[in-house]
Amino acid sequence: MFEYVWLIPAFPAIGFMINGFFGRRFSKSTVSWVACSALGLSFLTSILIFFELIGRPASERLFEKVIFDWVVSGSLQTVIGYQIDPLSILMALIVSGVSFFIHIYSVGYMHDDPGFSRYFTYLNLFVFMMLNLILANNFLLMFVGWEGVGLCSYLLIGFWYEKDSAANAGKKAFVVNRVGDFGFILGMFLIFTSLGKNGIWTLDFTEVFKNAHLLDTNTVTMIAILLFVGAAGKSAQIPLYVWLPDAMEGPTPVSSLIHAATMVTAGVYMIARCNVLYTMAPIAMAVVAIVGVATALYTASIGFCQNDIKKVLAYSTISQLGYMFLGVGVGAFSAGIFHLMTHAFFKGLLFLGAGSIMHALSGELDMRKMGGLRKKIPITFWTFFVATLAITGIPGLSGFFSKDEILWKAFSSPNGHFLLWLVAAVAAGMTAFYMFRALFMTFWGECRADEHVKHHIHESPKIMTVPLMVLAVLSILGGYIGVPGVLGGANHIHEFLLPVLGNGGGPAKAHAGISILSQAWASSGEAGGHSAALEFLMMGISVAIALIGIGTAYLFYVKNPALPKLLAEKRKGLYQLVLNKYYIDELYEFLFIKSLKGLGTGLWKGFDEFVIDGTVNGIAYLIGFLSGVMRRMQTGLVQNYAFAMIIGGVVLVGYYIVRAIFY
Amino acid sequence: MWVVPSIPPALFLILSAMLFTIGVIGALTRRNAIVVFMCIELMLNAVNLTFVTLSRFLQSMDGVIFAFFVMAVAAAEAAVGLAIFVLIYRSRKTINVDEINLLKW
Repeated sequence: MFEYVWLIPAFPAIGFMINGFFGRRFSKSTVSWVACSALGLSFLTSILIFFELIGRPASERLFEKVIFDWVVSGSLQTVIGYQIDPLSILMALIVSGVSFFIHIYSVGYMHDDPGFSRYFTYLNLFVFMMLNLILANNFLLMFVGWEGVGLCSYLLIGFWYEKDSAANAGKKAFVVNRVGDFGFILGMFLIFTSLGKNGIWTLDFTEVFKNAHLLDTNTVTMIAILLFVGAAGKSAQIPLYVWLPDAMEGPTPVSSLIHAATMVTAGVYMIARCNVLYTMAPIAMAVVAIVGVATALYTASIGFCQNDIKKVLAYSTISQLGYMFLGVGVGAFSAGIFHLMTHAFFKGLLFLGAGSIMHALSGELDMRKMGGLRKKIPITFWTFFVATLAITGIPGLSGFFSKDEILWKAFSSPNGHFLLWLVAAVAAGMTAFYMFRALFMTFWGECRADEHVKHHIHESPKIMTVPLMVLAVLSILGGYIGVPGVLGGANHIHEFLLPVLGNGGGPAKAHAGISILSQAWASSGEAGGHSAALEFLMMGISVAIALIGIGTAYLFYVKNPALPKLLAEKRKGLYQLVLNKYYIDELYEFLFIKSLKGLGTGLWKGFDEFVIDGTVNGIAYLIGFLSGVMRRMQTGLVQNYAFAMIIGGVVLVGYYIVRAIFY
Repeated sequence: MWVVPSIPPALFLILSAMLFTIGVIGALTRRNAIVVFMCIELMLNAVNLTFVTLSRFLQSMDGVIFAFFVMAVAAAEAAVGLAIFVLIYRSRKTINVDEINLLKW
């Protein structure tokens, strides 16, 4: 079965080609059958390969399938090749599985859209590119996937391109991603040249990581940071996160698939894939962790004041991605990937739920015009509720296990720090608050929609609710493959990813923060098992913080709905600041766009129009002027011409005579 | 055979140069096309005189042959040129060269 790994990306590619070439002539049901069955087959192949991989002993779980030589140019030898190992197959499962369900959902959601076949063509292309990114066995092919998903993201954000805001959002995403990709390319170049100095010219993952020990720490740090710039662009971290909220202009299933579940997690995947390099560069790891946790906190705070339900989810996505980066940044790569997986389930579900709400409310996005939908669209409500609980980290749901794993590792791993944990825990509480705020504003209270909208409220068709339910089940059960040891689980996912990702930063170290706490525990008679006890304590704290967040949200939005307005009045400056997303877009507008436009205008007016056009036009004018003077010589009088001839003859003869005299 | 004359050839050449210069000045300054034409003939004949003189002086037939060619060409030129003057005179009622200046900027 391993030989057929290429089938995983091949099916979506075939679907893309069929729908791309003939989609407009097909009926809608044919298009959806082609697209969904392509994904279904791809998912099936992933499952089969996954089970075959599980059947092997842990040390033999690596397989590379070279399809053909791609770039063969001097010392650069690159193949199109796919790699199966626990990490890539897990990602392939997540991507093809979640994509499959979102494809099915899309059939219902996009049913009345005139761009139906175009939509599925893009979506299949996206999955193809994403699977290339994941399954690639070298940096270059990964980069192809990386750029490919960026392209599809652009196409799908701007899917309704007749809307200016959508077209602009697509452009913004594309441009911001280019900044990140620049870092990725430079990192790749640096890997190639610095390893090449040691005689190993390769971009192949296995080779690079095997020989990474030849590089000195500074080089590796540089590489790791450059790659992280790429990851920050793709995964919307500070300072490149600005495109993701705007990306919500796309159709909601696209937000779900690309901008929540799969593409934006590519950065986390890439860092986990390069864990060998990152482990060698503690400084880069610290950068990743700090940027991650800062993003988590910062965007969670923006989530407080957003009224657009998709914007709330978008900021929540950025925040959760920050958690993943915190995880990989403290060396807990498997925890990061674990959270990536559970996040794909519950955040995908949240977005699909938001889509279902929009469907019910005739496209309404503003939560101030929702409310009281609990009874009217029960399936959407319950699935949305499950996902909200999962993201909040309520014990028993998937988000709890993965988020807690990250929090614990942020505290206990050798690269971790008490402050990292603290900030992340606070962000978790804020997550709980804004997610429940969204939940309460949408489903509780009075319905604030317009009359005729209210009249139309209806539950979505089965084709949309079934994927919701499947993802809800996954959001509940998905966590149980990674139950931490302290809760009596086996942490299968950690075990499974161990061959690729290493031991997640090693055993807990005793730094200042932990030793004070552990001493406190030791003195209370828990000596010996204090690490486990501490982990329980941490878990308790994070659950308590989440509950506080929920309680506050309940107080603000159910118990006393006037309170938020009162608070906003009281802290007007702060409220405006957060409502306007800390004016970061305006700052970027001022710093980059204005200055680049200024530079562009300067070059246009100053250099292009003055220097270049000036040179060209000047030469033309000079020649025109000279010929204007010279043509006066043509008088039409024969005798003038004859005179000129004679002068010429005299000069010529004179020259030879003078020459003859002097030589 | 040839008898080398006692008159030195330099005198012939000086005469020739004088004739040529008169021709040039005439061709450049006179307005009447026929006079200009005659001056050109004068220049040609000055050149012919040089040819013949040097031919004699150098004991070679080349110059004489060349002089015949020049005469033939000059005759042909005179025929064509006079015909043109006639036509110009018919259309413009003048053959003053400073009035025939249409072909200019």
